[in-house]
Amino acid sequence: MPLLPAGRRHRVAFILNGVAVEADCEPRALLSDVLRHSLAATGTHVGCEHGVCGACTVQIDGVPARACLTLAVQVEGAALRTVEGLGTPDRLSILQQCFREEHGLQCGFCTPGILMSLDALLRENPSPSEQDLKENLSGHLCRCTGYAPILRAARRAAERLKDAEHA
Amino acid sequence: MPDTTAEAAGWTGRSLPRVEDAALLTGRGRYIDDLGTPPGTLHAAILRSGHGHARIESIDTSKARALPGVAAVLTGAEIQAMTASLVVGVRAPVECWPIATDRLRYMGEPVAVVVAVDRYVAEDALDLIELRVTPLPPVLDPLAALAAEAPVLHEGLGGNLASDRRFRYGDPEAAFAAAPHRIGIAIAYPRNACTPIETYGVLAQYDAAESGYDILANFQGPFSIHAVIARALKVPGNRLRLRTPPDSGGSFGVKQGVFPYMVLMAAAARATGRPVKWVEDRLEHLAASSCATNRVTRLEAAVEADGRVTALDWDQVEDCGAHLRAPEPATLYRMHGNMTGAYAIRHVALRNRVVLTNKAPTGLNRGFGGPQVYFALERLMQRIAVTLGLDPLAVIRRNLVPAEAFPYRTATGALLDSGDYATAMERALREGGHDALLRRREAARAAGKHYGIGYAAVVEPSVSNMGYISTVLTPAERRRAGPKNGAQATATVSADPLGGITVQVASVPQGQGHRTVLAQVVADALGLRPQDVRVVTELDTARDAWSIASGNYASRFAPAVAGAAQIAATRLRDKLARIAATQMNLPAGALEFAEGKIRARGNPENALPFARVASASHWAPGTLPEGLEHGIRETAFWTPPELTAPNEADEVNSSLCHGFIFDFCGVEIDPETLAIRVDRYVTMHDCGRILHPGMVEGQVSGGFAHALGAALYEEHRYAGDGSLETGTFADYLVPTPTEMPELVILHHETPSPFTPLGAKGVGEGNCMSTPACIGNAVADALGLADVTLPVTPSRLAAHLLPAEAPPAGRAARPAAKPGERGLFGEGMAEVAAPPEKLWAILFDPETLRAIVPGAHSVERVSDTHFRAEVTLGVGPVKGRYTVALELLDPEPPRAVTLRGTAEGALGGGGGEGHVTLEPLPDGGTRIAYRYEAAVGGKVAAIGGRLLDGAARVVIGQFFAALARHAAGGAAPARRGFRAWLRRLLGWRA
Repeated sequence: MPLLPAGRRHRVAFILNGVAVEADCEPRALLSDVLRHSLAATGTHVGCEHGVCGACTVQIDGVPARACLTLAVQVEGAALRTVEGLGTPDRLSILQQCFREEHGLQCGFCTPGILMSLDALLRENPSPSEQDLKENLSGHLCRCTGYAPILRAARRAAERLKDAEHA
Repeated sequence: MPDTTAEAAGWTGRSLPRVEDAALLTGRGRYIDDLGTPPGTLHAAILRSGHGHARIESIDTSKARALPGVAAVLTGAEIQAMTASLVVGVRAPVECWPIATDRLRYMGEPVAVVVAVDRYVAEDALDLIELRVTPLPPVLDPLAALAAEAPVLHEGLGGNLASDRRFRYGDPEAAFAAAPHRIGIAIAYPRNACTPIETYGVLAQYDAAESGYDILANFQGPFSIHAVIARALKVPGNRLRLRTPPDSGGSFGVKQGVFPYMVLMAAAARATGRPVKWVEDRLEHLAASSCATNRVTRLEAAVEADGRVTALDWDQVEDCGAHLRAPEPATLYRMHGNMTGAYAIRHVALRNRVVLTNKAPTGLNRGFGGPQVYFALERLMQRIAVTLGLDPLAVIRRNLVPAEAFPYRTATGALLDSGDYATAMERALREGGHDALLRRREAARAAGKHYGIGYAAVVEPSVSNMGYISTVLTPAERRRAGPKNGAQATATVSADPLGGITVQVASVPQGQGHRTVLAQVVADALGLRPQDVRVVTELDTARDAWSIASGNYASRFAPAVAGAAQIAATRLRDKLARIAATQMNLPAGALEFAEGKIRARGNPENALPFARVASASHWAPGTLPEGLEHGIRETAFWTPPELTAPNEADEVNSSLCHGFIFDFCGVEIDPETLAIRVDRYVTMHDCGRILHPGMVEGQVSGGFAHALGAALYEEHRYAGDGSLETGTFADYLVPTPTEMPELVILHHETPSPFTPLGAKGVGEGNCMSTPACIGNAVADALGLADVTLPVTPSRLAAHLLPAEAPPAGRAARPAAKPGERGLFGEGMAEVAAPPEKLWAILFDPETLRAIVPGAHSVERVSDTHFRAEVTLGVGPVKGRYTVALELLDPEPPRAVTLRGTAEGALGGGGGEGHVTLEPLPDGGTRIAYRYEAAVGGKVAAIGGRLLDGAARVVIGQFFAALARHAAGGAAPARRGFRAWLRRLLGWRA
């Protein structure tokens, strides 16, 4: 990575949900801030800014990462996926649909990060055990649901995704 | 009356998918930080106290103001010039400012507000503010705060006691004198908070032409606070427009506490003439937003031989932190009518004291007063059973309010609306597998395990009487102030020109799904489908119907707000029925609303489309029936008559509804690690009529998670110097999925006769029952008389394990003071240079600058005093410190004691170390060192758990550099620090 002088703005270009985007930012700008405030992708939420709560989780080249612990300039040339890339209100993804059916969310603030982690997990491991799901979700804090409905939604999504593959 | 009992009636009570979810699942929610801001909006950051208690000597903001991009820096003096003190809820000569004015009274207290072009610049400017303070001794323990010699927080009070009231109901003295047993318990309930994942946010604007403020905030209510803010901003209520965003990322009571920041940002907007936005960060939230009170309780019961309790004697000392912030001391009085819990106990003595300490101010938090009361009451019931050798279930059964007694007036004044506690309890035991759990405990104990069963029976109040807090005043004071009571719920249902129905409420949901339930309730009333009803829940005090009770607290949505919506919808329906009756030439009573039509009952062919009738008042008001002005918009205000003001005897019906919860659980404790595992948990709820089973389950499951955290993990911990030690989510531990046991949820519905829909609140109950239930199980498992929350393995170790022996070959650590973030260490290094050479190096400032990690300068102030500027990083915080070092008892070249302090923007500390230099036969030296230090401020709050490791790394680096330097190798300045950083980051140098 080239050395970027602090205090100066730099152009960073990457792919966001399949679309090429550019933003000007200081080297210290967090990816979460640039996504939200420069690119208006406000679906990625900021809950702690120290990497524990998981609300800001996005996928960088398919791998879940905390946008609050990533500098925007680090994603130059990368392909990013955020919750806005999973589905639309009239065409929810299977994972989103299962969250809706199981009441896997209340306030919805932590939900985008959880969806991004589970989306990556179910791609890597289509048959997760209960323990796999719990461990995957242990990187996320939800204060509304008590997690039980989230786990149910994740299990249901795993089953339905497998069915969809066989169908 | 028109009939709606056709097939369309029946949306309510079903678990429909939520209308909220499509947006929230696709990243299209509209939380406060997602909304656009007006052109020219500035961004605020807040300088906060790093001390628990200190006097402000000076604040120099000139460098911060000079930073390009900074519009203003406001200190307490500037804020005071524009505002008035926040109203305080007790009659006492004490003020409550949203920012420090003369003293810092808790760590995290705002000291200055920087307003700049963006948040990054605003935070840069915080570092440039020069704040000089003189630390004062803090007082953190509520009982210590009552002592005569305790440091006083607010001189106006003359001490730290803000309120002291005694109450007496029935004849407690006689009951205690007559009872064969007097059984008591002492509890210190800890501080915790429900920490929503979205933090506070405010966008404030000032309209100079109208002399008015417009504030958007993710505030949750109660809107009695609107009056507090208006008075603080010195404007009439109609010059304060308060708005809430469409979505809010959870609250659980906590977002009531955003209001002091609304005052600060409004003042900043006025000072700069620009809109000002502020979003809280997590450290700010954990340090200074709002948390539940900690409380010290002594509770005694007069008990008959069979376990029947005839009287209770309560002594509660409530710790509200550094300021008595509205609506405190409400936490202490919310349960006032319910001090006998689920039990028929007729005699009660009660003393309530409110004290102030150097901790963050408290406020609303899920359960609000219930966890503190029930942990004492339900632990006491378990103690009674153990003391008298009775089955805990038998003690609970003997005391429950009997089913035939409802509505039941408690000794302290609550009117318990409905219930059948005994049946609910027996059903829970049967359907929850209690017999199997008893066998499980037996088997586990036979296998040598620690296994216990706990129970808790609680009454869950909901829909607060806005007058309960006036119980803190004496009857004479209340007479002077005038009666306060009731709780207005409001809803508006309106028809648009196309016949569409919109519902607007002032319930300010924080994720609960109010919009879905209201659509169901109103659809049922009007014979529509829920998707035909649009529900708007963002509130605008300039336009919408609201009152002081509006907001999202005290579990008031289902019992009160949903009922008000039904009343408004029913009024509109009755008007539409009259309009339709005229057009159809039928009596209104012969009509029914179903399937989007208004039709003749028994003859569905004779029908009018609902939309046509609903739009008629817009298009053809001249055709309306005689005496009917419109059928466009109905606003219902509903306040239950049962919520009367406290009477002369201090009896108060503090809440309208009373749900019932009976919990039992099995807990296993690992004999080696003392890890606590909740093996099985059953919770039975009577929340009256269930409006949406999926949401009720979500409320119970979510409340249980909060309660599990309170029982086992969560605590706002303060060190002895007043430093908060839990400033990150790595220090303030909240449950994750791996900690959650499976929860068995059962229901026994007895509809409330006092609410329009028969519903009662349900969201807070487990926060009241679960900590007590788990505490009782731990007590049962280990035979403990006292259980302190959170129950952690280290707390249990003090009871169960012998004192830990120091590792072989190392001296025992000195005991840390309770709660203090102490650092202890010792070590040894061998250096290939004689002691004399090392001694010279250690006392040469130039050399020290080269080898001390992160040193910018080292100067020798006198023979025995050094001063240094050092940059150190601990975990996520790197900061610059001024170090003052004193050499004591030097014995050149063999030994010296060093005593020092470090101060920086991120906190400070002090400590002492002892160094000995022992010559080795090969001409080298063995350096041995021992140190003891205490660290406070931001570093302790967010890097606390990393301090020991960081100290070891820095010291190791120092000695490595010393060895290199003594051996003649180059140890250039800064090299050590970079190498250390590389090591921290896991890179090899």
